[in-house]
Amino acid sequence: MTRMPVTILFRLAWRNLWRNYRRTLIMLGAITVGVWAMIFMTALMRGMVDDMVKTAVRSLPGHVQIHHPRFRDDPSIANSLPPPGEVLVDALSSDQVVGWAARVRVPAVVTSERDTRGTTLVGIDPEAESGLSFIADDMIEGRFLQSFEDDGLVVGRKMLDNLETKLGRRVVVMSQDAENEIIDRGFRVVGVFESKLETTEERFIFTGRKTVQSMLNMNEDVSEIAVVGSSYRDVSNLLRLQQVLGPEQELLPWYELDIYLGSMLTMMDGFVLIWIIVIFLALSFGLVNTLVMAVFERVREIGLMQALGMRPAMILLQILLETLLLLLVGLAAGNLLAILTLAALSDGIDLSIVSEAMQMMGVANVLYPSLQIGDIVLADVIVIVLGLIAGLFPAWRAARYQPVQALTTV
Amino acid sequence: MITNVTLSLAWRNLWRHPRRTWLTVGAMVFSNILLVFLISLQFGMYRVMYENSLRLFTGHLQVQAVGYIDEPRMRLTIPDAAGLAARLRDAMPGNDVAARGLAFALASSADRSYGVQIVGVQPEHEPRVSSLPGLVKRGRFLDNAGMQEAVIGSVLARNLRVDLGHELTLFGTGRDGSFAAGIVHIVGILDSGSAEIDRSFVQISLADFQDIFAMQGHGHSVVLMTSDLFNLKAATAKVEAIIESGESVVHDWNALLPGLKQSVQADMVSAWFMYAVLIVLVAFSVLNTQLMSVLDRTREFGVVMALGLSPARLGRLVLLETAMMAGLGLLLGVAVGSGVVLYFYHYGLTFPGLEAMTAQFNLPGRLYPSASFASLMLGPTVVFLACLAAAIYPAAKLLRMEPVAAMRAV
Repeated sequence: MTRMPVTILFRLAWRNLWRNYRRTLIMLGAITVGVWAMIFMTALMRGMVDDMVKTAVRSLPGHVQIHHPRFRDDPSIANSLPPPGEVLVDALSSDQVVGWAARVRVPAVVTSERDTRGTTLVGIDPEAESGLSFIADDMIEGRFLQSFEDDGLVVGRKMLDNLETKLGRRVVVMSQDAENEIIDRGFRVVGVFESKLETTEERFIFTGRKTVQSMLNMNEDVSEIAVVGSSYRDVSNLLRLQQVLGPEQELLPWYELDIYLGSMLTMMDGFVLIWIIVIFLALSFGLVNTLVMAVFERVREIGLMQALGMRPAMILLQILLETLLLLLVGLAAGNLLAILTLAALSDGIDLSIVSEAMQMMGVANVLYPSLQIGDIVLADVIVIVLGLIAGLFPAWRAARYQPVQALTTV
Repeated sequence: MITNVTLSLAWRNLWRHPRRTWLTVGAMVFSNILLVFLISLQFGMYRVMYENSLRLFTGHLQVQAVGYIDEPRMRLTIPDAAGLAARLRDAMPGNDVAARGLAFALASSADRSYGVQIVGVQPEHEPRVSSLPGLVKRGRFLDNAGMQEAVIGSVLARNLRVDLGHELTLFGTGRDGSFAAGIVHIVGILDSGSAEIDRSFVQISLADFQDIFAMQGHGHSVVLMTSDLFNLKAATAKVEAIIESGESVVHDWNALLPGLKQSVQADMVSAWFMYAVLIVLVAFSVLNTQLMSVLDRTREFGVVMALGLSPARLGRLVLLETAMMAGLGLLLGVAVGSGVVLYFYHYGLTFPGLEAMTAQFNLPGRLYPSASFASLMLGPTVVFLACLAAAIYPAAKLLRMEPVAAMRAV
């Protein structure tokens, strides 16, 4: 009996596991709770960051953005771009690009009969923007801009309140043209938009691109070209646009446009890993304990098996198999529990009790957990690999018993 | 009753399986160290977060016109703001008080214009209620009222292409809705490190502000810094007695900056969710160990019960064993944890990406845990109680034990 078929080893391991069912059940309970917490918490965190990035990307930057190299530091009209040339338009019509829009974006002051506010005047082409930025979907009053020549003004609800004005009223927008002259122009408020974040409602006002271009004597120039791909997670395809750009054009991905968000995403990856390992370590004490007890109870039995010719390697293998089975059952239960709880919460978790804090962090009031296969795999692989490593110690001890001594142990 | 015999019995029972006991204690120590460290870090972070956020601009209390907090409108003012500030200063020694005016305006240099918020401050009092004046890196802060001087943020200075000594023209709307314009020259450049502040900061003296914006002595807020930001009841009552109520109200920082407290609360909730998972895992470990140790001793317990020992006393013995084990875990955990906290208390904690994230919450790039009795003991105490709770089930098993059946158990 020097070589045992694996099936017998498996059956032995499985039966051994249930000899002391209470202990196994408690350990399974611990693994289940641990794995559930790993996956559940990770999904919540991911959901939060997802929402932050999506909201931020929708409120204008795009997944990648082309602008004048000096525009970010000095967002003035002097640092504009010529309109996209043929080569660029060609490149932008590739499959990788879901949408793109050229915009004019200038600092401005808007004045009603009652009050004055600083803001950013954005000249857009409404057709290109649909699906790209947020405004078109979130109109609450009036109409959205109809073409890039539209001379109506669309403002945020909060901005309208601040200015104490109404839909249909006129406001004056002041900005600066390419010759540094202050230009002002009257606009009629034709639409009001709402945003999940109040700051967005104050930060931008919109009109047709051509309207701004002619108001500020900037010909066909634009301030930025925002490009959106299929997912914010992987923008490497979009970054290839760099090849067709001239020297006066800079291409930046969203995580460099908003360093806070970018670092948030990297930190989240680190945090997920640390969280999973910490939970595992807390589990590992119980795991090793359970296995040590299981081996300790069976010293005589192990001695007998060795005396009958079972090789130490087989004993080691058997204890490791027991560990593996225990982990697999616990993982299955933990994964299932996590998936079920997350499915139950898929309508979102209402966080409106702390809504102001959510606004401060740039997150909406409803948190949608985001379960990612990669995170589940990461948690499961870490638990199995580290769990087997933890099981090595008791298994190795069991394999080293001297048959005669083990047999005579009480 | 717990006698010396019970004590030494419990202690000896623990060491019948030293490995099992150490593994269980190990799980406790591991969690305790983590909890001690994380809770201390949290406490330290929150304190700095509160202090820095409020010290920046908001202050502890503000007197404003009714309704200004929801809709900060130019015409919602408090009459004789400087006079009110002086009266509050006299009536409440030990508190710092300063009056302010706030307006939006277009700031124009020779070749650039930006819409910004202009803050009128009292040069001699503002540095006591706000940390911003201390961040002037070049030039100086305002020193005398009515000198047409301004201090602006470094990014704004770069965007406006101005430097010390240059002039800025301000255009806006006055309190009465009239056109407001004024010229100021730059005497200081502020560099706070936060792009948001450096991009929008403009302060002039309150006297100039009142002049330019036709305020007729009015202001928009009077800011108070008290000695204790968590105990504002007395101060609020005192201020309320002094201001002419009806037109003006007092708001505390929680009303002025609602996101702050909620951020802390949201952070607490997510942190305690993580702690709870750790604690539950430790409790599982204890449950497992104690259940095994009771089952191991079934025959022994049967014998002592047959000899007349009451089941309740045996149950207490098991609880006492657990308490000893948990006490050991607590002592070691707090000892090592305090060491870790002390280390970081001196050297601070930082990791890549932290600075970009903490800047969002007005925190420095290096975090220091706070070391107080509460921050060190809170987590381990909860772990201790959870361990005792986990031992209730094994202890309760004893109450239902029949001596004869127990003695015959295998």
